[in-house]
Amino acid sequence: MTTIDLLKIGQKATIINLDVEKIPLKLLEMGCLPGNEVEVLQIAPLGDPIYLNINNGSHLAIRIETAREIEVEI
Amino acid sequence: MSIQQINVALIGNPNTGKTSVFNHLTGLNQQVGNYPGITVDKKLGFCKLPNNIKANILDLPGTYSLNASSMDENVVIELLLNKNDKLYPDVAVVVTDVENLKRNLLLFTQIKDLEIPTILVINMSDRMKIKGISLDIAHLEEQLKTKIVLVSARKNIGIDVLKETISNYKNISSEPCLNASSIDVEYFNKLRNTFPNQLLYKLWLVITQDVNFANLDRNEIRNAYTKTQAELKKLQQKETIKRYQFINETLKIGLKIDTEKATDIRAKLDKVLTHKIYGYLIFFGILFLIFQSIFDWSSIPMDFIDSTFANFASYTKEQLPAGIFTDLIAEGIIPGIGGVVIFIPQIAILFLFISILEESGYMSRVVFLMDKIMRKFGLSGKSVVPLISGTACSIPAIMSARNIENWKERLITILVTPFITCSARLPVYAILIALIIPEKRLFGIFSLQGATLMILYLLGFGMAIFSAFVLNKTLKISTKSYFVVEMPSYKIPLFKNIVINVIEKTKSFVFGAGKIILALSVILWFLASHGPNDKFKNAEKIIEKELYSSTNNINPTLISDRVAEYKLEHSYIGYAGKFIEPTIQPLGYDWKIGIAVVTSFAAREVFVGTLATIYSVGSQSEEEATIKNRMNAEVRADGTKIFNFATGVSLLLFYAFAMQCISTLAIVKKETNSWKWPIFQLIFMSGFAYFTAFVAYQLLK
Repeated sequence: MTTIDLLKIGQKATIINLDVEKIPLKLLEMGCLPGNEVEVLQIAPLGDPIYLNINNGSHLAIRIETAREIEVEI
Repeated sequence: MSIQQINVALIGNPNTGKTSVFNHLTGLNQQVGNYPGITVDKKLGFCKLPNNIKANILDLPGTYSLNASSMDENVVIELLLNKNDKLYPDVAVVVTDVENLKRNLLLFTQIKDLEIPTILVINMSDRMKIKGISLDIAHLEEQLKTKIVLVSARKNIGIDVLKETISNYKNISSEPCLNASSIDVEYFNKLRNTFPNQLLYKLWLVITQDVNFANLDRNEIRNAYTKTQAELKKLQQKETIKRYQFINETLKIGLKIDTEKATDIRAKLDKVLTHKIYGYLIFFGILFLIFQSIFDWSSIPMDFIDSTFANFASYTKEQLPAGIFTDLIAEGIIPGIGGVVIFIPQIAILFLFISILEESGYMSRVVFLMDKIMRKFGLSGKSVVPLISGTACSIPAIMSARNIENWKERLITILVTPFITCSARLPVYAILIALIIPEKRLFGIFSLQGATLMILYLLGFGMAIFSAFVLNKTLKISTKSYFVVEMPSYKIPLFKNIVINVIEKTKSFVFGAGKIILALSVILWFLASHGPNDKFKNAEKIIEKELYSSTNNINPTLISDRVAEYKLEHSYIGYAGKFIEPTIQPLGYDWKIGIAVVTSFAAREVFVGTLATIYSVGSQSEEEATIKNRMNAEVRADGTKIFNFATGVSLLLFYAFAMQCISTLAIVKKETNSWKWPIFQLIFMSGFAYFTAFVAYQLLK
């Protein structure tokens, strides 16, 4: 088990668990939910934010501090 | 058959082309207003439908769900829950993007739970082929309990079918498509039994949201059956999962994607545009191009506007009978309007570029690239748009900070944006630079004057960044920070959307700043053309007497110029200039410059016009060369030049930093909803300006 911020570019993983208290509901609504797949498409030049493809269709960028709260399994 | 009037609400996620659909339905037959008390734009349009139906079409702000996290989203819920609202929809049209159907349907299922007849528009259907997407419409319509219309706003396909479908709204189901209350049967049953007359989903929204609903008391509902915040959040997560399960099931049959066929241009473009070197090079290249074009393209229309208004003013003066009313029109109102209109070309051109960058999807990549850097200064990647817009005008720039979710980052962006060199500073810079910087070239290439202007731009930008850094360290605001940026797929911008957007932004300047600039120029005209004592009234006699006693060489222009100067000196504004003289003397300014500083508090560019009047060149022209010569010749009592290098630098610094713009203060008040921040901004900026101008003058004199 790891978290999204530790994935490399091009790596895919499945979301296992996330802390509802620390994650904005908006992110859940965009498909960031347990069971869904996430792929890291790009990491910004200074290492933050990261650009993800969640649930095969939601393309969005989040900051590392948020990515750290999302547990995934590769 | 009589004409029937219905309300249609357009709802959808951001980036689904909802506004394009709106523009197609209504054409230019639309109006932008405000929701009472808040700064969200209310876009209402009108459309004639088949079967003698007229529709009011309301373009609601883009939202990802009915769980509101911003003012924009509150507007959507408040309208949809209030049956008494006069715009409460007879039919809802949910606009989705065929490439993001899965995510877009979340909002659709929520709208369906409100039991409003709902049409599903699947937009960008022209891209299905290249993306290898096929849809089973019949299956989707059955599962989602709706009518589906395939539309391509880009290619103008399907709009007529949509109109037809809206006009048959009575045949559209208003039944929910899934039973979300099964996530906690016991809880929802209790709720249902306590409030049998209310819609269950509505109750749920009232419990979880922080919005106002007419005739529903939140506390009463909350007390009926309490849950902790954490439990509610867990339940909201469960609800979202439940909805996605339903959507995934439905799309398993309803939507097929042939990945073999799908060609992805996104990945290729992203590789270049977010590259650690090329990404920044391209961004700065684009910025350079934008500024280059603003200066190149805007000079012709600006000169035209300038001369048109000047001619119009003198024409009015000649045609109308002489008197105070004519003076008010020719010297107060017409130049006042001209002072607003002159900035339209620059603002329109800048927003033309910004809309293209936003519509194409590129702006999100810039936000992605810049976020980490900007955050070091307490700003957000999303502050880039306001900061760029600030080079045209702070008003639309500050309004564009609305989409920054984090309040502290948004507030800092609002507070520092006015440091950016806006177009109103340019006329002031132009004349001062011409006065104190020699027309030389460095190494035969760089113009020294051009380099000075460049330095002033950098100074404004540097000060914005520096003060953001200071504010970030000192402002004690703790907000739950979060940052989610959607990275839309790349699109060729739609001409119609760009034009409408540019018109809207320009309007926000004309009506935001325009009203205030116009009102103030009328007030200033009054204060400059009236005086508290007889010296003002008898100016002609006094000057004539003075001139005849000293010289025989008298021409009428000289008299009228001297009279104008004398009148100004003894007008209300002249006394105001003298009154503040002691405070501005340490900066190297005399009472005449004091007048210009006072009047340009309305808007910076007024500085030049006021100087023209003060130095009695009003009767000739506002030609830069003429004012320049007069300013150059101006001396102090001891015979030294007033506009020497020290005073010039001091003035340049003062105008670079001082908050000389009432319209900006008004917009900051509106956006922050308090007088605290504009007052803070005024003291902070003008105090700093005074300090730097003081230091510069004392060191250089």
